[in-house]
Amino acid sequence: MMSTASQGARKRPHRWQFAVHVALQPLAVTALLAYVGSVLWSVRIAFSSSKLLPRSDWVGMMQFERLFETERWIVSLQHMGILAVVYILGVLVLGTLMAVFIDQQVRAESGFRTIFLYPYAMSFVVTGLIWQWLFNPTLGLQNAIRQLGWDNFTFDWTVHPESVIYAVGLAMVWQGSGTTMAILLAALRGVDDEQWKAARLDGVSKPRYYLSVVLPQLGPAYATAFVLLAVALVRTFDVVAIMTSGGPGDASEVPAKFIIDHLFGRNNIGLASAASVVMLVTVFTVLTPLLYWRARVQAQQRAGH
Amino acid sequence: MKAHSKTLLATVLAGLGLMGTAQAQNAEVIHWWTAGGEAAAIKEIASAYTKAGGKWSDNPIAGGGGAQARTVTINRTMGGDAPTAAQFNYGKQYEEIINEGLLNNLDDVAAKGGWDKLLPEKIKHSIKINGHYYAVPVNLHNENWVWYNKAVLTKAGISKDPQTLDDMFAAMDKIKASGGTALAFGGQGWQEGITFRSVMLAVGGKDLYFKVFKDHDTTGPVFRKTLETFKKLKGYADAGSPGRDWNIATGMVIDGKAGFQFMGDWAKGEFVNANKTAGKDFGCFMAGGPKMPYAIGGDVFVFPKSDKPDTVAAQKKLAELMISPAVQVAFNNKKGSIPIRPDVDLTKVDVCAQQGVQAIKENRLLESNNELLSPDANGAFEDAVSKFWNSEQSVDDALKAMTAAVKR
Repeated sequence: MMSTASQGARKRPHRWQFAVHVALQPLAVTALLAYVGSVLWSVRIAFSSSKLLPRSDWVGMMQFERLFETERWIVSLQHMGILAVVYILGVLVLGTLMAVFIDQQVRAESGFRTIFLYPYAMSFVVTGLIWQWLFNPTLGLQNAIRQLGWDNFTFDWTVHPESVIYAVGLAMVWQGSGTTMAILLAALRGVDDEQWKAARLDGVSKPRYYLSVVLPQLGPAYATAFVLLAVALVRTFDVVAIMTSGGPGDASEVPAKFIIDHLFGRNNIGLASAASVVMLVTVFTVLTPLLYWRARVQAQQRAGH
Repeated sequence: MKAHSKTLLATVLAGLGLMGTAQAQNAEVIHWWTAGGEAAAIKEIASAYTKAGGKWSDNPIAGGGGAQARTVTINRTMGGDAPTAAQFNYGKQYEEIINEGLLNNLDDVAAKGGWDKLLPEKIKHSIKINGHYYAVPVNLHNENWVWYNKAVLTKAGISKDPQTLDDMFAAMDKIKASGGTALAFGGQGWQEGITFRSVMLAVGGKDLYFKVFKDHDTTGPVFRKTLETFKKLKGYADAGSPGRDWNIATGMVIDGKAGFQFMGDWAKGEFVNANKTAGKDFGCFMAGGPKMPYAIGGDVFVFPKSDKPDTVAAQKKLAELMISPAVQVAFNNKKGSIPIRPDVDLTKVDVCAQQGVQAIKENRLLESNNELLSPDANGAFEDAVSKFWNSEQSVDDALKAMTAAVKR
């Protein structure tokens, strides 16, 4: 996308391009100040002894040492690891299945698309509330089905420390699968139909065709979906805050909630900034190689066409 | 990061002269009283100020137990666009902004009102810092109450009103045996914290409270027994308790679905709203017994730094009004808390509040955990309590975690 745009711009007269640059200046300044500025500021604070108010002293790695001595932070990181598997893998698998299903030229396609995308139209706050009620043993699904006569039915993941994080993962998969389906569906529609005709002549079955021919061509789309999911994962806050408030105990704490709690509730800007720097570094380490790879694949594809 | 950019924005705007043109006697007040009874209470102060010739501009900021409101106050004060007055709780929340020189002091108002003589020592200690008064106290709340439904107790065959934690355990055994839910419990960190501190006062009294929160000493058998007693309570709570809001739990007691609840005196507002009468439909006792010291909790207002004579005049007028006897009674009747001064008309308070007033008269007050520990250490302590309640963690491991928390 980016490179097509700049190729297009190169063909335009020079003066035109200059005007575009001038028009974009305010946006660039805002982005630099608000985003990069805040990031640098947070990094600076992470190396100070700030509590309620920012301080300008240097304390080295003290905040980071304390951070990794805090059990709740370690537990939060472990939970993010579990969610990374449950959420990202779950959404990618479910999104692929839904996209392939719709790609079969089914009747009422737009109806299905709407249904699949619908959960995404809801905010995480609403998602969290819905699933909190569903999982509540005295109000939710468990109680409803028991009243119908099945006395042993249990659906109460959120009240048990060992299962609550999977309940959060389930709610996130429910909410996120639709968008991934949309991304993959768009990519599927870009795959040439002639390939299926050729494959059918060779006697290839449809599942095999998708697995071996179509999906490998969707690499960049998967990379896009993965990046979006990874960012959403790191940001996970509202669904946990609403659904479980991190409990029971610390059984569903996540890093973003740790940061917000320490920033506002516990007057500890220093520790919160150190935690956010750790998150930033994690995101960079995971996403930079991926973005680089995607850019290369796209460049190769374009060169091939 | 969001907070930083807000501060930045406020600084820039203030620099451009776009903000901060205060009008004569206009008082902008930031607070977090948005629930029905609370909003009605602050209205009493507002109408008193309007009657005195001022212009009240209300700025309620909901959510987070006041954390959002306090953040807005601090950011705007630092950015040069301070409100006239802002709500805080007793304790260390405002200590740092005093040390940064961001608040006006109230020494003339205090001298005129005779605060030195009027206010109980412990409350003075909390608002008089480095020899100057920096906050006006408006009420006194206590978190260490137990509420119970009298009908539920009668049905389970308990005729005597419980007075102590031992009575309560005996009563809960009977309710449990008759198939009911004995304890309405809200499984959220702060509610678990309140319950733990109530048990602490019941088991070890004031001595234990100070030993742990002031001297940071968690050794000895008494604190250990606190942990064991606390964990014993879990057997009386129902399966739906994790994550439950406090008012839902209070609702269970009101509707007779559960017998008891540990909660602060703001729970009384729920009973009163449901047209229940203290002493008749529901009962109350202080978790630490009738002679329990009252841990100081409640609200104050602070007045951010300003050189404008109009703003300073408005601040002084507000401070005088907030602590005046008439406003104190009107405000606290709606709020469910008790007045800060012992010399007000108390004929209209209910049986539960009377116990609180008695505590003040006898000067049975103690600094709360919010004053003795930093918000950071308090949070870590609550994390440890919550972990212990919700997992199979051993008493030894929980003790270790709590020790690390108070020593932070």
